Amino acid sequence: MALLEVKDLTTYYSTLRGYVRAVEGVTFSVEKGEALGLAGESGCGKTTIALSLLRILPSGGKVVGGDIILDNVNINKLSEDDVRNKIRWKKISLIFQGAMNAMNPVYPVGEQIVEAIRIHERGVSKKKAREQVGKLFELVGIEPSRMSNYPFEFSGGMRQRAMIAMAVACNPLLVIADEPGTALDVIVQAQVLKLLKELKQRLDMSLIIISHDLSLIADICEKTAIMYAGQLAEVGDSVAIFKNPLHPYTQGLISAFPSIRSKRTRMISIPGSPPDLLNPPSGCRFHPRCKYAMDICKKERPQLLTVEKGHVVACHLMEKSEVM
Amino acid sequence: MEEVIKATNLKKWFPLRAGFFSSLLKKELYVKAVDDISFNIKKGEIFGLAGESGSGKTTTGRLLIRLIEPSGGKVFFNGDDITKISESKFKAYRKRLQIIFQDPYESLNPRMTVNDILTEPLQIHGMADQREMSKRVNKVLEDVKLTPPDEFLFRFPHELSGGQRQRVATARALMLSPEFIVADEPVSMLDVSIRAEVLNIILELRDKYKVTFLFITHDLALARHICDRIAIMYLGRIAEMSDVDELVKEPLHPYTKALIAAVPVPDPTEKRSETVIKGEIPSPVNPPSGCRFHTRCPAYIGDICRKKEPELIAVGKNHFVACHLFGSEK
Repeated sequence: MALLEVKDLTTYYSTLRGYVRAVEGVTFSVEKGEALGLAGESGCGKTTIALSLLRILPSGGKVVGGDIILDNVNINKLSEDDVRNKIRWKKISLIFQGAMNAMNPVYPVGEQIVEAIRIHERGVSKKKAREQVGKLFELVGIEPSRMSNYPFEFSGGMRQRAMIAMAVACNPLLVIADEPGTALDVIVQAQVLKLLKELKQRLDMSLIIISHDLSLIADICEKTAIMYAGQLAEVGDSVAIFKNPLHPYTQGLISAFPSIRSKRTRMISIPGSPPDLLNPPSGCRFHPRCKYAMDICKKERPQLLTVEKGHVVACHLMEKSEVM
Repeated sequence: MEEVIKATNLKKWFPLRAGFFSSLLKKELYVKAVDDISFNIKKGEIFGLAGESGSGKTTTGRLLIRLIEPSGGKVFFNGDDITKISESKFKAYRKRLQIIFQDPYESLNPRMTVNDILTEPLQIHGMADQREMSKRVNKVLEDVKLTPPDEFLFRFPHELSGGQRQRVATARALMLSPEFIVADEPVSMLDVSIRAEVLNIILELRDKYKVTFLFITHDLALARHICDRIAIMYLGRIAEMSDVDELVKEPLHPYTKALIAAVPVPDPTEKRSETVIKGEIPSPVNPPSGCRFHTRCPAYIGDICRKKEPELIAVGKNHFVACHLFGSEK
C-alpha cells in the first residue's frame, strides 16, 4: 500500500460566473520515501491539489469528490478538528510558494517555527521548542543564533531554508513543496534543491514537488505527473516521462523546454493557450491545441490507461494503438 | 561588422537615502548597480546579458537606450555618443531605440485597445497619417503573428492571453522600425508552452529586418538557444563575455562555471554537477574589495583576489574574462 493514494480527486471553486473546475478526477499515489513531481502550466490545478490534500482551500473552494488516503486514513472523511490536530503539519506539511512573503514580517523567524511546533505538538514547553528550532536550523544550514532575526534580515535563500525547517518541524510523512525554486536565483535554487534531496533521504520522508519547471523535477523526482487544465495527462517514472513521453501535451512541453546541454535549436511552442476552467473544452481538454486531435477527442474524455507498469496516459491515441 | 551599440566604462550609481546621523558623517552611500563596464553589440546580433538578480542587467539595458542617465562613461549608438545629446534632440533617437518590458500584464495600458497602443508611438513622433498608420499597424501585427489583424485591433489587453500580450508589447516596440531593441526578460512571465512563440518572433525580426537585440535573461539555457554572444554580470561588473556556445561549453570564470553547473537539465538520467558555490550575491552597496566574487569563489588564489580588481582581458577570439587566474602577471 502506498503512503498516499489520491483517487478521483475533484475540487471546484464556486464563483459568481459558475464553477471553476480546477481539479477533476485526479488519481495518483506516492510511496514512502518517494518524490513525485507535479508539473504543468499556471492555472492547471497543481496548487489546488496541494491545498485539497491539506484541506486549506480558500473560501469558495471545495473538494466535491474523491478520496485522499494517507497512511490508511481517508482525509476526506475526517472532521475539521481531526484534520487540524492529526494531519496538518504532523503528517503532511507544505512549503508555500514564495517563501519571501509566507512569513509574518513582525515576528522573529525562530518564534514562528516555535509557534508551529507548539500548536501541533501539545504540551511542548517554549524552551524545548526553541531547542528543537535550533536543531532544525542546523539541519537546514542556518546558524542557530539567527533564530531571533526577523524575516527581512534573511536573504531569499535563507527564508526558503527557514520555511523548509518549519515544514519538517513535526516529522511529517509527506512534505509538499509548492514551486520551491521560483523567485530564487539558479545558484541558490540549486542549494535549496540539494537540501531537499538530503532531507528526503535523512528523514525518509515523501515529497511532492509542484513546479512548472520540468528540469527541476527531472533533477529530484523519481516519479513525474503531468497535469493539463485540471486533469492528469500522464504519470510515470521520471525517466519514462522524459525519455519516452506518450501524451502529445507532455511531448510538446518537453520540446518547448530549452536544455543548456543540447545543441542550439529553434524551440517549438504549443499553439494556443491553456483553457478557461469555468468552461473547459469538451472531451479531452487538450484537443483544441493537439495536432493529433480526432473526432472522439472532442466527445469523450480519455481515461487514464496503463501502458506499462507505473506509466499511465490519458489519451485516445493510446486506446487506438491498444486495439491495433 | 559595424557596431550598433558601444558602451565604454559605463557606470550607474544610485545614491542611497541616508539617515540623519549618517548624513552628518558626510559619507554618501551608493548602490553601484553598474560599475564600469564596456562592451559592444554588432548589427543584427542578439547579445545576451545574464546574471543573478541584482547584478545590474536591467540597469545596463536602460542605460543603453538612455531611459536613465549614466553616472559615468559613454554609450555610442551608430557612432554617436547619446549620453551627450540634449533631451530635445534625443527624441529623434528614441524611435530608433526601443524596449520590451518583462511583464506584459503591467506594461500595457488596460484602458487602451491594441490599435491605440500601437498607434500612440506614431502620433508622438508626428507620423499620424491615418492611412499610413493603419497600414503600418496591420503589417506589424502580421510580423508578430497576431493574425488576422482585424481580430485583435479593437481588443483590450485583458481580452488577450499572456503570450498575445507580450506580442502586442513587441509590436509596439516595432512600430517605429527601431534599429535596436532591449528585450528585458521578455518570456520570464509566460508559460513554458507559449514562450517559444515570442522567442521565435524575436529571431525572425532579427533575420528579416536586421534588428539588433540586447536580450536580458537569468536563464542560461534559454540564452544558449537565442543569443549569439553573451556577457555574464556579477555585482555590476562583467565577469565573462564570449560567443554563447563557447561560454556554455568552456566557461573560464569560476562564477560562470558555478552558474552553468547550477542550471538544472530536463533529463532525469543526467545529474547536475555538484560544484555549487556557497552563499548568495552580496549587497551592491558595499561590494567586496578586489574581485567582487572572491568571497564566494572556489578557486580563490590569495591576496591578489582580495586587493586587486581584475580587468576584463581577452583570452581568445571574442572571449573575455575578468579573473586573476587568467591575469597576465601569472
